[in-house]
Amino acid sequence: MASSKIDDPRVIEFDVRTDEMLINMGPQHPSTHGVLRLVLRTDGEVVSDVEPHIGYLHRCAEKIGENLTARQWIPYTDRMDYLAAMNMNLGWSLVIEKMLEYDLPERGRHLRVIISEMGRIASHLVAMGTYGLDLGSFTPFLYGFREREKILNLFEEACGARLTYSYLTPGGATADLPADWTGKCRQFLAEFKEVIPELHTLLTTNSIFVSRTAGIGVMSAKMAIDYGCTGPVLRGSGVYHDLRFHGEERYTEMYDGYVFDVICADPATGKYPESNYEFHGDSLDYPEIPRQAVLGDCWHRFYVRMLEVVQSVRLVEQAIEKYEATSGDWGTPIKLVQKLPVKEAYMETEAPRGQMGFYVVGNGDSIPWRVRARSSSFCNLSVTAPLCQGILLADIPAIVGSLDVVMGEIDR
Amino acid sequence: MADFVNHILTLEDSWIGYIVAALVAAVLILHVVAVGALLFIWMERKISGRIQDRLGPTRVGGKFGWLQTLADGIKLIAKEDVTPDLADKFLFKIAPYVGLAASYAAFIALPFADGVVGQHVNTAVFFVLAVLGLEVFSVILAGYSSGSKWSLFGAMREAAQVVSYEVPLGMCVVVPVMICGTMNLTTIANMQAGFFTNWLVFNDPFTFLTAIVYFTCATAGVNRAPFDLAEAESELVAGFHTEYSGLRWSLFFMAEYSSMFIVAALASILFFGGSHGPIPIADVLGLLSLDNLGSSDPAFHVFNEDGGGFFASLNLEIAIARFLGVANLLLKGTIGVTVMMWVRWSFPRLRIDQVMTMCLKYCVPLAAVGFLGATAWQALDLPTGNSLMNSPRYSHHELWTADDSESAVEEASSNEVQTPHEDDTHAAAKAVKLKTVPVSVVKGGGR
Repeated sequence: MASSKIDDPRVIEFDVRTDEMLINMGPQHPSTHGVLRLVLRTDGEVVSDVEPHIGYLHRCAEKIGENLTARQWIPYTDRMDYLAAMNMNLGWSLVIEKMLEYDLPERGRHLRVIISEMGRIASHLVAMGTYGLDLGSFTPFLYGFREREKILNLFEEACGARLTYSYLTPGGATADLPADWTGKCRQFLAEFKEVIPELHTLLTTNSIFVSRTAGIGVMSAKMAIDYGCTGPVLRGSGVYHDLRFHGEERYTEMYDGYVFDVICADPATGKYPESNYEFHGDSLDYPEIPRQAVLGDCWHRFYVRMLEVVQSVRLVEQAIEKYEATSGDWGTPIKLVQKLPVKEAYMETEAPRGQMGFYVVGNGDSIPWRVRARSSSFCNLSVTAPLCQGILLADIPAIVGSLDVVMGEIDR
Repeated sequence: MADFVNHILTLEDSWIGYIVAALVAAVLILHVVAVGALLFIWMERKISGRIQDRLGPTRVGGKFGWLQTLADGIKLIAKEDVTPDLADKFLFKIAPYVGLAASYAAFIALPFADGVVGQHVNTAVFFVLAVLGLEVFSVILAGYSSGSKWSLFGAMREAAQVVSYEVPLGMCVVVPVMICGTMNLTTIANMQAGFFTNWLVFNDPFTFLTAIVYFTCATAGVNRAPFDLAEAESELVAGFHTEYSGLRWSLFFMAEYSSMFIVAALASILFFGGSHGPIPIADVLGLLSLDNLGSSDPAFHVFNEDGGGFFASLNLEIAIARFLGVANLLLKGTIGVTVMMWVRWSFPRLRIDQVMTMCLKYCVPLAAVGFLGATAWQALDLPTGNSLMNSPRYSHHELWTADDSESAVEEASSNEVQTPHEDDTHAAAKAVKLKTVPVSVVKGGGR
């Protein structure tokens, strides 16, 4: 206590202290995004310690993967990050393709960019909406879901499912996109661009939102790297790292010929790169960074997601053009009982929540000898305890929400 | 009303008349609370639906789903009334009734129009605020007795928040009271009769500021977003009513929605002309003149005392004027409630320290500035909104005192303190009027 500042809420509470209280936040709690359980040590409104407990959604997905063939395991990847199932499919497909040294045809590559970036938009829309919900604003949630619904409609047309797609498979995709799909997708993008400023108005620039998120849960770049944070959580702290640029060649070559930005503030100036994408006249300039915001706080993590959505729209637009310009095969899915070579492979992709890694060891059989998934949400969640020291109770949903964890991916 | 009942029953000053009058008023107000809650919950769903780009209820009760709340109410009544094992059973069970009783009782002194009031109270402003303030007990009781940590959190937040916001709320309410020189809500409303420039909100810049601060504090006082910390679902599960179910749970909601209406109606009476519309239609149409109004007993104005028959002597003009007045007040109150809903569905929730900062750092100083400014404006006799329309604010005030004939003024000048007879509301009103005479003479006489 001696080293604390006088206005530290812990010091103030210490002067008028009563008994501490241990509270279970979760596993059944509205703002723990599924079944996360946080044990809070509270002193009045001030939380002095937070301990996350996980494992309530553990379904032995990795062990199941060691009893199924590579293609059979695809539906289980859907159920990991169920908000970005397409990106999970992609990660597993890529690692199997790497193992088999299979090269995807051009058309399949663009198809995958379209699908995975649309998945990223859908996922970030949920992250944005539920973040509003965590802070007590219900409306952005429905705005986000309304747009996500359109993406799900498109996905449903492409593969028949709305949540657990199993669409991208090792070798390509289960089917080519339907005939007029790209037209509908273009129409969606045009409509969606109009909505983005609305979302910014509802949350990003709202003064209550700013006062709830700016300066809260500040994570330095070093801390983010130390804890293995990835994705928007890492970039929100000003670390320029995106696997679509910095990843393995097998993954980055998927984005060959695409123009997009990595959304990350320059740690020196605190400014984000200029939006050099003619989006919607000039009305889609990035909103101003509020004065209270500190690099690495909840507001920046949220902001990075909002801007990444724009980059994803940009990518999908390019991908649709490239996809339409190429013809031929979109890739042939591997056989259901495809034998895996005796070797190991690991591959990380940039999923909406961060780096999603899959590790597989083959033993010559069609069933892998070992399957392992490296979850981004798991590492991102690990910063909860250090970030939630000496904060107010209401900041916990703000911090946990800004990490945007999906329990299905953590517990697997 | 009591005299009227006694007159019909041909009794002389009997207690029966008072009981019957009280029952009639109580039943009528109960309907305002119950039907109002039904309507407002339906409205909240429709409004939130429209704000969120969806439809809201569409099935029950026709195209607009306006019976949805009733259907839900029936469902809630049919649900099991669960009391947790850890709860303090007695307190847990009475808590919702305390809340509903508080917000229900506040309606007693709320004049829906001139003379349309449960009980004419000369200190109605004080009464409404005091009784409404009791609602916090139900939340504290509920939170304390539930035996749940989340409920306790909600109750503690509510206690801290509501008690703090009473301070700026009271300071804002003092401004109209000071300008009008009375705590009688009927008189305050009547003094704003005429065109909307007469409304106190347009009296001077400081009353405008005060009206805004009042509305903010009232929103916080009735626990509405963005100040709904006691039931912050993302932090405290459901706050103080986490453990409640069925009818008891719905009673909390009835209390919440009727409190919302009370503070909105109080805002419209104090600042937005009360039962008087923006344009004095009744005056323009020549339906009535102001001196027909301003008494405390509605029955004697609508039904003449010596008429004999029930409808034979119905004073249609006054009845229509009152109906319009009630419609006006309900409309204004509903607009206020709608604004609260609009805010709720647009903004995130504040944090507890921000709520307290907002109260103590911004609302209290602003209310103080509003109060001082409005006082100075009155003292310096600066032009007010009603002087634009060349209609003196105090015309009604003078009429009202003139009603009591010159003897009232004489008594005032002779410094004779008149003790009001307890049964005589007229006499009680007179006592207040006497005090207001100097104000009206000095201030109103000039304009």
